[in-house]
Amino acid sequence: MNNPYLQEELLKMSGVNPKKCMKCGKCSATCPAYDEMEYHPHQFVSMVNSGDIEPLMKSQSLYKCLSCFACIERCPRGVEPAKLVEAVRLAVIKKQGQNHLKADAVPTMLDEDTPQQLLVSAFRKYSK
Amino acid sequence: MSMSEYKPLIVAFCCNWCSYAGADLAGNNRLCYPADVKIIRVPCSCRVNPMFILRAFQRGADGVIICGCHPGDCHYTSGNYYTRRRMATLFSMLDYLGIEKERTRVEWVSAAEGAKFAATMNDFVETVAALGENKRLEDLRCKK
Amino acid sequence: MQRVGVFVCWCGSNIAGTVDVQAVSDALANEPGVVFSTNYQYMCSQAGQDMIIDAVKEHNLTGIVVCSCSPRMHEATFRKTAAAAGLNPYMVEIANIREQCSWVHKDMATGTEKAIILGKAAIAKVNLNAPLTPGQSPVTKRALVIGGGIAGIQTALDIADAGFPVDIVEKNPTIGGKMAQLDKTFPTLDCAACILTPKMVDVAQNENIRIFSYSEVSEIKGFVGNFDVTIKKNARYVKEDICTGCGACVDKCPMKKVPNEFNLGMDNRSAIYIPFAQAVPKVATIDPNSCNMLKNGKCGLCARVCTAGAIDYTQKDEFINEKYGAIVVATGFNPISMDKFDEFAYNRSKDVITSLEFERLTNAAGPTAGHLERPSDGKSPKTIVFVQCVGSRCDACAQKGKEYCSKICCMYTAKHAMLTRDKYPDTEVYVFYIDVRTPGKNFDEFYRRAVEEYGVKYIKGMVGKVTPEGDKLKVQASDLIENKQLHIDADLVVLAAAIEPDKSARPLATMLTASMDTNDFFTEAHPKLRPVESPTAGVFLSGACQGPKDIPETVSQASAAASKVIGLLVKDKLTGNPCVAHSNELMCNGCSSCERVCPYGAITYEDKEFRMPDRTTKTRRIAVVNPAVCQGCGACTVACPSGAMDLNGFTSKQIMAEVDAICR
Repeated sequence: MNNPYLQEELLKMSGVNPKKCMKCGKCSATCPAYDEMEYHPHQFVSMVNSGDIEPLMKSQSLYKCLSCFACIERCPRGVEPAKLVEAVRLAVIKKQGQNHLKADAVPTMLDEDTPQQLLVSAFRKYSK
Repeated sequence: MSMSEYKPLIVAFCCNWCSYAGADLAGNNRLCYPADVKIIRVPCSCRVNPMFILRAFQRGADGVIICGCHPGDCHYTSGNYYTRRRMATLFSMLDYLGIEKERTRVEWVSAAEGAKFAATMNDFVETVAALGENKRLEDLRCKK
Repeated sequence: MQRVGVFVCWCGSNIAGTVDVQAVSDALANEPGVVFSTNYQYMCSQAGQDMIIDAVKEHNLTGIVVCSCSPRMHEATFRKTAAAAGLNPYMVEIANIREQCSWVHKDMATGTEKAIILGKAAIAKVNLNAPLTPGQSPVTKRALVIGGGIAGIQTALDIADAGFPVDIVEKNPTIGGKMAQLDKTFPTLDCAACILTPKMVDVAQNENIRIFSYSEVSEIKGFVGNFDVTIKKNARYVKEDICTGCGACVDKCPMKKVPNEFNLGMDNRSAIYIPFAQAVPKVATIDPNSCNMLKNGKCGLCARVCTAGAIDYTQKDEFINEKYGAIVVATGFNPISMDKFDEFAYNRSKDVITSLEFERLTNAAGPTAGHLERPSDGKSPKTIVFVQCVGSRCDACAQKGKEYCSKICCMYTAKHAMLTRDKYPDTEVYVFYIDVRTPGKNFDEFYRRAVEEYGVKYIKGMVGKVTPEGDKLKVQASDLIENKQLHIDADLVVLAAAIEPDKSARPLATMLTASMDTNDFFTEAHPKLRPVESPTAGVFLSGACQGPKDIPETVSQASAAASKVIGLLVKDKLTGNPCVAHSNELMCNGCSSCERVCPYGAITYEDKEFRMPDRTTKTRRIAVVNPAVCQGCGACTVACPSGAMDLNGFTSKQIMAEVDAICR
């Protein structure tokens, strides 16, 4: 399903230009969480570029990304896929609305699968 | 002179290698544009001294357009880059003096772009005609 | 005041159909300076031209205005007519009333009005025309080729074959360049040495060619036809004319632990060395950084074993001055450094190598005598991973590699993979690619053969990281087609490193005032129509110094450059274009503004003595334009703050007069 508004929003939030991608796959080659992910870094770039964003928002892949930024470091075209993953994550959070993260809610949310980085960045952006 | 009869006076500087040839191609293809445009041939757009443009406005021109090769295609390697920078400075000064930005223009027209030449001239004449006569810099002593 | 004749052409009905030619010639007859005005059906016909010649004689005309088609069409014709009538050919101006008037306007009244104005502008210009004579300069009939790789070799051979003397300057002790290091060449798989070394011998034996090996160009002065070049011949501590290349010194030299550049440091050479068996000139060279005798005076073994007495520890750098008519740049390329690509572990493991190193590893004359062995332990690799586009096609912002495609990597990788599978069928060969680019004769067929007949595993994807672990290299990569991440235990990883212009190119371009692009490749005079010439007159480009190229392309460009050089050298004198810039020495204040914008380096400065009103003399610095180098763009005329610089044929006064005539 195409959603041009959401696509524009994502590109603006992340500052990523997916058109720069030359589809080499080095981001996915370098990704340590690859096997955990349903959609891989290169697919994020490609699907956001084609506006196919809904499946990404529903996918658990969003929370499997470690935000280790290896893909950003190694991308020969400077596309920065991890920033796009982060933007999609934010889009999901925004869509839920009014759910500012409170410190006392955190313990209930902690589980083995939630990356620490996610909580940290959520605090940074949504506890104001 | 009523507005319907108003004919703007346009001076076009065209570089010999691209834009002048583009104008010739427009002719070969019989692509019409207003006769208000008068072309002056220069070897390269970078030959156009800002003095020439000031002179044209002083003598009553209503618009001046400079056409050169596309960036990177200059016959003399880098001439059109000089043009681009010089004219950006000149045009902003002219704007300050009250010559509207629309009266001056730099366009890149290659020898293969006859259609672009004609379209550019049509558009430029229309734009300048809408602004009306240019009197800001005109030296009335020059008029007969 | 000029005596101007105006000739309005009907061009059949092409002009006369929309322009009242009679009205034009009548109106223009009243313009200042016009003494004769007429119109005729076909001005360019013999009858029309005769009419002009007669009118010039009858009315003593000094200037001619032809209102006709575009000057791009018939300016040359009417200039010849003027010359036939005894006028200077540059006393002709054309008013373009066909392409830029009658053909683009439909209405007779407006067409006629515009034609008159264009005619007036041409008359105003011709009134200010001055006779111009093209300058002539002699041509030194000798060419200089900078770089002795296959590009330089081919160019030199072709020029020498045409009978002109050529000098090759090569910075290494031998000519041959990168091609000498290669094993086999794609797509025919003939061995590089077998086709290159005979050419190197041809160069050595050609009496028109001199080789300055182990030398570099240190200064270039002059201009097309008259370059004055200083060549620095580095001291090699061996008398070139006496050394027989027997190699006794190389065998006896006790200092044998110097990394061998020719094998990219994969084995060692001695301090006195001959790069390879077929080197030309086959002369030993002492490396002053490793020779004990040169460093601390203790050894001298090579001088003792040299029966010819060629060793000379006191040799000094020598500077040679020579004049040339043309210069060919053939400085070639190098693979880029892998330092910024840490993920491939190039600096951490000996078994991660570049393709050029792989080339040496499979070369029969290489460090392993052609047996494919791992550099670390000499074992034969069972799994080899080739990685393409390492440092090519990178984003400029990433600042790691190059933005361009290096062009040759797809094909040499296919070659390496195919040859490996051919010689060692039990080896697994993976090639990770982004795109396989095979535009060339028999190129795609070659690549398909590697896949279909030799079973090379081509995988669409990229290697993300290489981790040395034990005696294996853990390769983590993506397979985009199967949407999988692969983990391969490889024995050898080969990186197709991007190529870049040789480091010597940039300072050379400055000496030549030849332009370069942002990647330090030399720019050609025109990307399509003048691909082997530099915009700087008399400078030609051969091979990879202009852009990434394979051998066939390099050789064809080398021959093309040679033919351009021959075309220049056969001329006894160069006739220039007289429409060049000139500086009014009384107005010039020597500020260098013009010099900085000149794309051709045509402007120099000289000190000139001027007589002052009080009868003293004063020396001032003034700009001087070399008419043989100036191409007449006019950039300097606008840059000049004092208005001293002007352009013949398009003087500021002439263009102002045109502006005035149009705006009147």
